Amino acid sequence: MHAVGQSVARKEAPNKVTGRARYNGDATPVGTLTAVIVPSRHAHARLRQVDVAPARRMPGVVAVLTGQDADLLCGEVLEDRPPLARGTVRYHGEPVALVIAHGEAEARAAARRVAIDCAPLPLVASVEAAVAPDAPLIHPELGAYKRAQPPVVPKPRTNIADHAKIRRGDPAEGWAASDVTVSGHYTVPQVDHAAMETRSARVEILHDGRVIVQSTTQAPFEVQKLLAQSFHLQQGQVIVDVPLVGGAFGGKAAVQLEVLAYLASRAVNGRPVQLVNSREEDMATSPVGMGLVADVKLGATRDGLLQVAELTFLLDTGAYTDSTPRVARAICSECTGPYRVENVRCDAYTVYTNHTYATAFRGFGHFPLTFAIERTMDRLAATLGMDPVELRRKNLIGPGDRTPTRMMLTRSTLGDPRTCLDRAAALLAGPPVQPTGPHTVRARGLALFWKTSSSPPNAISGALVSFNQDGSVNLSTGTVEVGAGTKTTSAQILAEQLGIDVDQVHIHTHINTKVDPEHWKTVASMSTFMAGRAVMEAAEDAKAQLKSVAAIALKCAPGDLSVGQGRVFLTADPNVSVTVSDVAHGYSYPGGDAVGGQIIGRGSYIMRHLTLLDEETGEGHPGPSFTVGAQGVEIDLDTRTWQYRVVRALTVVDAGRAINPAGARAMLQGGMCMGIGLATREGVLYDRDGQRLNNQLRTYKVMRAGEQPDAYVVELVETPQIDAPFGARALGEHGLLAMPAAVAAAVSHAIGRPVDHLPITPESLWQLSRSAEAAR
Amino acid sequence: MQSTNTGRAEHLLTVNGEQRRVSLRPADTLLSTLRDELGLTGAKPGCENGDCGACTVLVDGVPMKSCLLLTTEFVDQDPPRSVETVEGLDGADVQRQFLQHWAFQCGYCTSGFLMLVEGLRRQQPEANRDERVDWLRSNICRCTSYAELIHAVEAVLGHERGAPRSS
Ligand code: FES
Ligand code: FES
Repeated sequence: MHAVGQSVARKEAPNKVTGRARYNGDATPVGTLTAVIVPSRHAHARLRQVDVAPARRMPGVVAVLTGQDADLLCGEVLEDRPPLARGTVRYHGEPVALVIAHGEAEARAAARRVAIDCAPLPLVASVEAAVAPDAPLIHPELGAYKRAQPPVVPKPRTNIADHAKIRRGDPAEGWAASDVTVSGHYTVPQVDHAAMETRSARVEILHDGRVIVQSTTQAPFEVQKLLAQSFHLQQGQVIVDVPLVGGAFGGKAAVQLEVLAYLASRAVNGRPVQLVNSREEDMATSPVGMGLVADVKLGATRDGLLQVAELTFLLDTGAYTDSTPRVARAICSECTGPYRVENVRCDAYTVYTNHTYATAFRGFGHFPLTFAIERTMDRLAATLGMDPVELRRKNLIGPGDRTPTRMMLTRSTLGDPRTCLDRAAALLAGPPVQPTGPHTVRARGLALFWKTSSSPPNAISGALVSFNQDGSVNLSTGTVEVGAGTKTTSAQILAEQLGIDVDQVHIHTHINTKVDPEHWKTVASMSTFMAGRAVMEAAEDAKAQLKSVAAIALKCAPGDLSVGQGRVFLTADPNVSVTVSDVAHGYSYPGGDAVGGQIIGRGSYIMRHLTLLDEETGEGHPGPSFTVGAQGVEIDLDTRTWQYRVVRALTVVDAGRAINPAGARAMLQGGMCMGIGLATREGVLYDRDGQRLNNQLRTYKVMRAGEQPDAYVVELVETPQIDAPFGARALGEHGLLAMPAAVAAAVSHAIGRPVDHLPITPESLWQLSRSAEAAR
Repeated sequence: MQSTNTGRAEHLLTVNGEQRRVSLRPADTLLSTLRDELGLTGAKPGCENGDCGACTVLVDGVPMKSCLLLTTEFVDQDPPRSVETVEGLDGADVQRQFLQHWAFQCGYCTSGFLMLVEGLRRQQPEANRDERVDWLRSNICRCTSYAELIHAVEAVLGHERGAPRSS
């Protein structure tokens, strides 16, 4: 009866193939009012007047709110964002008013009657423009904003919301020791999460003081705390309920619609109000993934040993910061890629622009970071005339080395990048580019990634295990099921620890902050680790209780007993036993009198030994361990049309231990597919006025069937992480991390010219070839 | 048809072989009628303009995007037009193959893909590889790698390496 290491189907899978799985929009109670956002049609403007009177008079309208009705600022790290614009609008799509009506049709009709009178302000259309000396200020009041979650270092009277740094070793020494230097300039656009379920929230304020929130959030406990804090409530008054979530990818970790729905409900005497994003709103009004401009400079000896890295990142956070300062620190923490570099200087600036504001995106900054560093490694290899795989092998970080934040690595915390690289290189064997026809070539590219969690040092996770009379168990954790299978993984861990079948573990598929123990947030691929540790502790606690009751029945000491196979038995003589069901709800003597009670196990985990990064040097301990891996692609490219296709994609990753191998593989492959999308087509576009151009799935292109590679190859290396459940490392985000870098490497080989900007479209390659011709 | 005082009217719609009484505004889409009137929430809104396919149902056996259809076109028809939703699938092979091949993660696109593949099975069971992919392109899945979905389709169509209708 081994549950860990088995490819068990998701607990909720049967409901997902019958249409019975419940998501947030699937059970709206009759009588729920609908709120609709009135978005700004300008990217940067002063609001002169918002006239809501005509909208209020429309049939079915109950209330209309503007910024005047919402005197608060939100922000995970820096409180810079009014939930409804006040005085200024800073991006196209920003909520200016909220119309509450009996039905969506009435609300939308009325929303068109809200008259917004505004005076355009100069547009800040890029991070480069934002940091120019005479740039218009997007947040003149930057210095006054409250810092909700330090560290964050705003630069008042600029558009720089935060400056995160790494200062390690002595770069001057590194340059002196270098025979060659290379540098590169890279751009990655903002990207959209494009989860198939758009974000939504429903809030009802009851007259006993309770606030019921139903939402698509990945961070129910964050929603609870933020609402409590913003509206002066006890946390227990706020009850956040989250059913299954239809994909998230970081985009549902931001708290936005919940605050608006609360304001709406408050304005209508607490009646239930729902706010459901249309696709267009989900793309242009709710946050996207940040964009990035990077300058990377590397120095190395003649034989390819890295001496120094200097990196500057401008993070396009759009109009508001949300979690970008935390992303900036995550980028700093791993800024060198998985390579040994003693002298490092890294500056990551969170920069305001008049773009849609940004939040976490799958990988927390690591796919753009990986793109920048891996492209530069390829440049260095070309300059040295060295095989790119050999250059990487030479510089790989290993146990005993220190990361940019000076965290000393062990085999357990790092894993085995060498084996990942060697296997990937073997799987990708072949020349970098070879002709396959008169106008077609096949090319290969490889890139490495590494990532740690960059979670708060005090992130917590809990688990509760209660026994049913028949010995089956109920498991409650605070993780949200966004599609990653985390609930099933937790059930497998519990089943393994209790020696029972996974079928005997009953999970709450949805989570409710009132009854489920807190889990920080379902992000950073941390659910298996954190919730898993809590589940293991809860299992131990339950087993101790089972033994203490069974010891009475079996007339022995609890220490003499073991639990397994549905029984509590004498370790020395398994024939002497009681069934778990005999003791799960108390043990009854023959006369009917009883002892014990329901077995309820508790487990609680808090991150250990993590520290915040030092503001000056970046020194600190950002995560419990790393996940390292190597990825590669083969592409077929037509040199006349610049059309190309990824035909084969591979990932070799150190998984520590795969608790659910088929689940892990599915997660990684899905990430690879998304990564190929990011490499080949995805990117948020704005016009000259800062208006969002691609706010629909027909214009914001994501991968569709037939565009995926013909073959996905996934290999798992298993170097256990000692303190993780069964050694399992984080895997949820990692499938996509190095894909764009690998595709760029292959395309660069194919066209004989470095490709440094994402996405890599046939058009962008054509332009690149034209500019090269013009330069000739 | 029976008018009410709200501008709504009562009609008959055949869904999953059952005659259902629905009340509607002329502008109601089939997707909204299924979800909001009949509680058949398997079909999902993903874009409501035809881009994503999460709302796919079968109309007279053909997959259609229910966000693009007006319910009025399908009510009170003689002979009745048949609308089938995921809730009407009962132990179908396509459901088994989706489970078997890990053809979903979050599950939000799944009802739409299930109905699409069920429609493919009925309309074009001999579809070759390119045709199968063409069918699948009408819908989006943001979680899986598509390989899983394609494997499930191959199994449903009985083309999977000489192992027809494996379960
Ligand atoms: S909701 Fe119908 S196609 Fe997207
Ligand atoms: S399973 Fe999530 S969109 Fe397909």
